[in-house]
Amino acid sequence: MASAESLGSASDTRSLGEQRELEAMREAQRGEPPRVAQSAQGRSWVAASVKDAAIAGFITAALGLFFLGLTTDGPSGPLGIHTRWGALAIAVAIVFGVRLLLNLFLFKNPNPASTAFSGIGLPAAAISGISKTLGMALLVVALVLPFLLIQFVPGQSRLYIDLAILILTYVMLGWGLNIVVGLAGLLDLGYVAFYAVGAYSFALIAQNFGLGFWLCLPLAGILAAFWGVILGFPVLRLRGDYLAIVTLAFGEIIRVVILNWYDFTNGPNGISGIPKPTFFGLEFSRGEDGVAAFFGLEYSNIHRFVWLYYIILGLALLTNFVTIRLRRLPIGRAWEALREDEIACRSLGINTTNTKLTAFAIGAMFGGFAGSFFATRQGFISPESFTFIESAIILAIVVLGGLGSQIGVVLAAIVMIGGTEALRNLQDVALLQTIFGANFDPVQYRMLIFGLVMVVIMVWKPRGLVSSRTPSAVLKEKKRIGADLVAQGEGH
Amino acid sequence: MEYFLQQLINGLTLGSIYGLIAIGYTMVYGIIGMINFAHGDIFMVGAFVALIVILGLGLVGSSGMAFMLLALIIVLVVAMTFTSVWGWTVERIAYRPLRGSFRLAPLITAIGMSIVLQNFVQITQGARNKPLQPIITGGYRLMEGSTENGAIAVQISTMQIVIIVTTFLLMLGFSLLIAKTPLGRAQRACEQDQKMASLLGVDVDRTISLTFVMGAALAAVAGTMYLLYYGVIDFYIGFLAGVKAFTAAVLGGIGSLPGAMLGGILIGLIETFWSGYFSLEYKDVAAFSILVIVLIFLPSGLLGRPEVEKV
Repeated sequence: MASAESLGSASDTRSLGEQRELEAMREAQRGEPPRVAQSAQGRSWVAASVKDAAIAGFITAALGLFFLGLTTDGPSGPLGIHTRWGALAIAVAIVFGVRLLLNLFLFKNPNPASTAFSGIGLPAAAISGISKTLGMALLVVALVLPFLLIQFVPGQSRLYIDLAILILTYVMLGWGLNIVVGLAGLLDLGYVAFYAVGAYSFALIAQNFGLGFWLCLPLAGILAAFWGVILGFPVLRLRGDYLAIVTLAFGEIIRVVILNWYDFTNGPNGISGIPKPTFFGLEFSRGEDGVAAFFGLEYSNIHRFVWLYYIILGLALLTNFVTIRLRRLPIGRAWEALREDEIACRSLGINTTNTKLTAFAIGAMFGGFAGSFFATRQGFISPESFTFIESAIILAIVVLGGLGSQIGVVLAAIVMIGGTEALRNLQDVALLQTIFGANFDPVQYRMLIFGLVMVVIMVWKPRGLVSSRTPSAVLKEKKRIGADLVAQGEGH
Repeated sequence: MEYFLQQLINGLTLGSIYGLIAIGYTMVYGIIGMINFAHGDIFMVGAFVALIVILGLGLVGSSGMAFMLLALIIVLVVAMTFTSVWGWTVERIAYRPLRGSFRLAPLITAIGMSIVLQNFVQITQGARNKPLQPIITGGYRLMEGSTENGAIAVQISTMQIVIIVTTFLLMLGFSLLIAKTPLGRAQRACEQDQKMASLLGVDVDRTISLTFVMGAALAAVAGTMYLLYYGVIDFYIGFLAGVKAFTAAVLGGIGSLPGAMLGGILIGLIETFWSGYFSLEYKDVAAFSILVIVLIFLPSGLLGRPEVEKV
């Protein structure tokens, strides 16, 4: 209690520092030189910086005592306590140092270093142009990516194509969820349920009726949409966080049912031997009737990965295209109207029931497509792939990218999924091993860093990486609008 | 009948633990209107701190009762203190910078903090289960009867008594704290209107911080009880317990303290009776289905105030 109080006052001084920073920034924008601190003031802010950093270090010591300093981790056998005072001391030193530097140069400095950068910033019109060009550039790169990879990294191209497939899967899921959360403003924390329904529909249909990927894909989409409507019905009256928690509950219910319904889904053992997609009836095999033989190419298993890549690229682009088109149709405008104000929407004669259900159904359908693609790519599915954390990752991608922004989802998926997967490549870097010891394995820090990046991006840019939106209806001229003018994810 | 009573006792115990966690959710939701997703993981952190303190004190089951209770109080105080620091830090890092931002932003940082806490504990404490020998043993036989399967006795263990009594005392203490002290008054003022409260001299930031500290302290108690009752914890216990406690908070009417306790006990009872009479596998489905049904027919929960929608 006492520590919290003293820290409360410390944070007040920090917010004062921020105010000063803001003032200095404003002055810099007016073109006047920033105020020069007097020497007495100068000493006081240095002292305050050191004091604040010391408090931060002390807090770190309290936080780390039971986790870094003392640990029950160790060889198997009865639990015992081991100490790691070195790690704790390093953590405290790092926090103290970083906090001190931040205080000295940003938070408490009368002339914060950030004023030097305040002039750098693009006007809104330029950003609009850039995001359009960026979209086209990304599309072109995406279209030729597998060939570039095969050309330039021949040894590891399979690895990179696999990573690209993973990122595109999340892009597609993000775009699907964007319909529900970004356009219709319905906060859905159980999107993974539809992903699971799609994957299991495909796997079970393929196993029991022997149908191939291309026949199952639409069926899986329809089934997922059907489940979207079924789960959508009960939650029509709910708003905001209640909606979020009920969708979360639905996601968990579906997972638990899949886990326990042995006869139907094979429970925790999952389903294996899911068929691979064919190339217009040709299989990717070594034999006479394989793709390679048909086109007279030398057989290589990379062909299948390239084909999978183009399937998911096609599916993702389909999602994007449908979303952009739907936004201009009455139904899309009804979604956005619903997001902005449900009561006004209803008084204008929009059928909110249908509007919500179509949003759920279409969002779920794309989730289902992505799910069947996931099943065919893995060849094996089990309930473990459909936990809440997947829903959280997809929602994080949508929100971090900027709700309702299509290009934002792509950027967020590349940063979050690509960035954390890139850690796997750090395993062989010798420098890290000499710093952290021979047993250092960056992969185990993957989710920790994922969570931290989520927090940092959100605190830095609460409206997401792309913070401007394209209006769907315009008078005369199309202008980008700031994201904070749009009611987003309020979850009516 | 005996079986029913036994399940009732078990359900009350589990419900008390859920109720303690649910109070943290409901207080935070009441005051700043956000789901503190990381709260379940704060509960897990509390359980780990308690585990290390117990191991450090070298407690074993053979010691005397009075000594055990004293030791338990020490464990609780240490766990509450250190878990509160975690709760405070999470609020300071992830929620305070986003105050006044749009609604989804703190929800995303909350999910982020939840991932961070889980993985931090997994890395620092290891991923394997942490078993603990029962340190509070013994119990009382209340009733005996016989069924077709043989004799059955209704028992209440000392641990169950400790859990129920501790929960009751804490609940009483916190209700008084909210009702009578200046801090409680400040909290209620912030809950009604933050801007007005700050105009009248209430330090809103400090009040919110203290709310998180209080929630974390209660979660630490719940974590300690969970550890002693089940005897095994891992880094992942926070998620399911957190979701169920949130369900409890919603069920009781979010924002209402007695509602959280009532909801917790109801969820505990539903879960226990479901696994006792129907199937163990689907107990989570039962708890979630109840949540869905209650929300559809009674959207503001059992004891919550109905929300009036204004244009």
